[in-house]
Amino acid sequence: MTDLLTLAATTASGLSLGITEGGSWLLRNAWLIPALPALSFLGILFFGKRMPRGGSELGIALVGIAFVLSLLTAAAWIDHRDNFEGEEVHRAVAAAEGHAAEGHATEGHAAGHPSLAVHNTVTWFELNDVTFTAGTLVDGPAVMMLVVVTLVSLLVHVYSTEYVAGDQRYTHFFAFLSLFTASMLLLVVSENTLQLLVSWELVGVCSFVLIGHWWEEKPNSDAALKAFLTNRVGDMGLIVGVTILFFTVGSALPGQFGSFSIAETNALAGAGRLSHTALLVASCCLMAAVMSKSGQFLLHTWLPDAMAGPTPVSALIHAATMVVAGVFMIARMYGVFFEGFSIGGSSINLMALIGGLTTLVGACLAFVQRDIKKVLAYSTISQLGYMVMALGVGAWTAALFHLFTHAFFKACLFLGSGAAAHAVHSFDMKSDMGGLRKHMPHTYRTFVIGSIALAGLPPLAGFWSKDEILVGTGGWGLFGGTGGNGAYTFMLVMGVTTAALTAAYMTRCIYLTFFGEFRGHGTPHESGPRIVVPLWILAGLAIVAGLLNLPKGFPLVPGSLQERFGHFVEPVAAYFPSISHGTPSWSLAIASTLVVLSGIAVAGWYYFVKVEAASKAAGESLTELPDGLTSRYPLAKMGHTFLVQKYYLDHLYTDIIAGGTKGPVAAAAYKVDQDVIDGVVNAAGENAVKAGNLVYHRFDQLVVDGIINTSGRASSGAGGELRKIQTGKVQDYAAILFAAATVLAGILIVIV
Amino acid sequence: MTVLAALQGFDSLMSGDTVVAQNIAFGILALVMIVAALRMVTTSNVVHAALYLVIVLAGVSGIFILLGAEFVGVTQVLVYIGAIVVLFLFGIMLTRGALGEDEEADTEKRRMAVLVGVLVLVVTGGAVLDSFGDAAVNRAAPSLTAEIGDTIFSQYIVPFEAVSVLLLAALIGAIVVARKD
Amino acid sequence: MLLNQFLLLAAALFAIGVYGVLARRNGVLVLMSIELILNAVNINLVAFSAVRATVGGEIFALFIIAVAAAEVGVGLAMVLLLYRNRRSIDLAGIDQLRG
Repeated sequence: MTDLLTLAATTASGLSLGITEGGSWLLRNAWLIPALPALSFLGILFFGKRMPRGGSELGIALVGIAFVLSLLTAAAWIDHRDNFEGEEVHRAVAAAEGHAAEGHATEGHAAGHPSLAVHNTVTWFELNDVTFTAGTLVDGPAVMMLVVVTLVSLLVHVYSTEYVAGDQRYTHFFAFLSLFTASMLLLVVSENTLQLLVSWELVGVCSFVLIGHWWEEKPNSDAALKAFLTNRVGDMGLIVGVTILFFTVGSALPGQFGSFSIAETNALAGAGRLSHTALLVASCCLMAAVMSKSGQFLLHTWLPDAMAGPTPVSALIHAATMVVAGVFMIARMYGVFFEGFSIGGSSINLMALIGGLTTLVGACLAFVQRDIKKVLAYSTISQLGYMVMALGVGAWTAALFHLFTHAFFKACLFLGSGAAAHAVHSFDMKSDMGGLRKHMPHTYRTFVIGSIALAGLPPLAGFWSKDEILVGTGGWGLFGGTGGNGAYTFMLVMGVTTAALTAAYMTRCIYLTFFGEFRGHGTPHESGPRIVVPLWILAGLAIVAGLLNLPKGFPLVPGSLQERFGHFVEPVAAYFPSISHGTPSWSLAIASTLVVLSGIAVAGWYYFVKVEAASKAAGESLTELPDGLTSRYPLAKMGHTFLVQKYYLDHLYTDIIAGGTKGPVAAAAYKVDQDVIDGVVNAAGENAVKAGNLVYHRFDQLVVDGIINTSGRASSGAGGELRKIQTGKVQDYAAILFAAATVLAGILIVIV
Repeated sequence: MTVLAALQGFDSLMSGDTVVAQNIAFGILALVMIVAALRMVTTSNVVHAALYLVIVLAGVSGIFILLGAEFVGVTQVLVYIGAIVVLFLFGIMLTRGALGEDEEADTEKRRMAVLVGVLVLVVTGGAVLDSFGDAAVNRAAPSLTAEIGDTIFSQYIVPFEAVSVLLLAALIGAIVVARKD
Repeated sequence: MLLNQFLLLAAALFAIGVYGVLARRNGVLVLMSIELILNAVNINLVAFSAVRATVGGEIFALFIIAVAAAEVGVGLAMVLLLYRNRRSIDLAGIDQLRG
């Protein structure tokens, strides 16, 4: 590897990063794919209103062409992966052998033919020594994402023509749907981190516009703002991280000030030429960006609120575009993360921990939602946590495979929930749904297929990808497996627990939506073909997508059909770290399936047996047992309240953090008293109320009030004095400003 | 004697006569500019104030040429006197209720403004005298416009683009602020 | 010529501009005084540019001229709006900031 990089630093082309400028025309011109929806955006924006169908036909046509191009690109990539012969191939093979001689883990790179990414750049502009480029880096993950994004986007476009039909901003909606798609496609093929940053922000802006599509209602515009602002927090991390990487890479390359090139950054990080501290700090910064964009724990709160947008947008955000941008960014910068977090050979790291926590936290929250879309939103958070956890434990391929399968079944579930809500004009499962099985057979069947795929029962898609992630943790020594990048037993436990929870909450969701008696008004009826056909396409993919990556050694199929996804998607090149792969085991697969079945059994017993019986007895369609756990045990009630309040994170952010910075500290303390202490007090019952009263009278009345009154008197006194110079005239303020600035400058001159 | 000490460093292109002529030109320009500037901020006629501004701006242009920055001096005339002052005159005409006499500010306010102005002058003047005691401007030849062009479009391309975006934003902003509805 | 004579001239223009911004009641006159301040800065930039025999300062002076044009455009638009809403551009009457 070192020889390779010396070569790269000395040759002007700098090609020995596992990339090539050659390859087929389609691979070199992948920029066409994001360009098409971008063109569609402009076309709809300027001419959409004059088109017979409000511009939607242009969007569908161009996204459709982009989808076909993506399929052709994928075919070209499959050919390129195995058959591309060029000078770079020999150099890369020689480098990999040199790498092996150094005694590093070699499994990934020594596995034969390298997969050279196709690189195509143009110079954007130059500043002194630094060249800013724009271009495409097409390799396995990029091609996979191109196909997924264009496919889901196409189906969402078709679905939307019926879902938002008659909307006053129909044209505007399709324009931004196209721009959203274009931004995500641009992000996927980005060749440098600057371009990545630009498209990342574009995705954020589009999500803001689309979540707030019905901005006339306050909650919707609030949700859009919340999504945007929460993402700004993480974006700062991205900007700082990208900047750190730029200078770190520059310090390792003689004669260069810095570099934004993704391939170069990853290759240098993988070769150990970059400072570990710098990589760790950069990884933490980038992780903050992932936490906000991909809704990881602590910054996930915007994601459920984003359900305020139209359902097709939710499907697009959750399945293919916005939230997987974070996961894809980790996959793209994996060399940096792999070294920065020391993923290989460890047993815990920040990324795996955040992912693991998110997956559990999200799954718990999904239990207490009344709104069908929010169940799915928390489910998405949980599944994204799965992917981040997989990346954190080094199961790169498994994470991307899960992203791939998840895109299909989650899009299917979202569009299905939209269809159900479209029919009953509400998203509330408890008061307006129930019994839809009889009225909407297509929606019901596709929703159940999507749910089973999500829960992960064989042979549907979710099972294969989930199983691979569990294998990748390398933590199931007790079941007799081997391999993986470390011993992440803790993550294995979190993953298995989540599998049970997922199965249970999806069972609850299906019961509340489709079983029992209809609780809403009117008679719901099945949607038209423009909604049903996309549903069936996605459901079909949710069934078969998992077969793309059958584990190695799977007995029923020939070897040439095993691990196809991993073979074509995982890069074998210098810009990608050499990760080791776990060996699949039957015992783990069976154990996780049993766990899922037990989750379904517990929830099924509660809803399909107990609640059903109680409903019959009561003569109406119930949604929970009248004397359930939560009403009998105060502790369970407290836990339930805690979940319904979303762990009080929203209170933490809006009241304590935001309120504390904009208002006096005393007010924030009072809020804590109101929200947290009172919440606990109410939940804990009579005895606790007495204790709470004691606290209230002694502590609140005497101490807190004392502080508030004292600080109030102090500020009012000071304010009275300052009030005299507040004339309200701008020029008076300006005079004070000038005088003060001059005096300060004078002091500075005298001192220095 | 510092002036003479500085003069000895001049090269042959700058004979003693040229330097004397430059200093005389500077003195005249500076005197005119300061008087015009003072009249501008004290006159009660708004149109006269605009005309005094023209004199100051022309003087600044002369100073630029004296410093060898010919392109900036020409741009100063074109943009400031040609465009910005005309814009001011339009502004004065459109707010015609205020055309003509400007009511005098009250004495307290003027006293405060004089105080701040003198403070600024003393501090900056003191700092300047303290820092650049006898540094001389000895420019052999005026700067080349071609060089300015090259530098803008290579080293300063990003600020240049930023300024163009700023101008666009100001254009749109002015329309949005001033339109009638 | 000494560098100081240019810097002192600029300081004087700057101080006069500050006086104008603070003392004039007419909005248009305040904007003109701001131009005076900007020109003082320009003189400084060009003078330093001449001393160092580079074009960097001159380029910044050009940028400031462009920014000044933008500033006057927006500033006059604001004065016009003020005039339309209040029939006066007397800044002494504007004290809504009063607490």
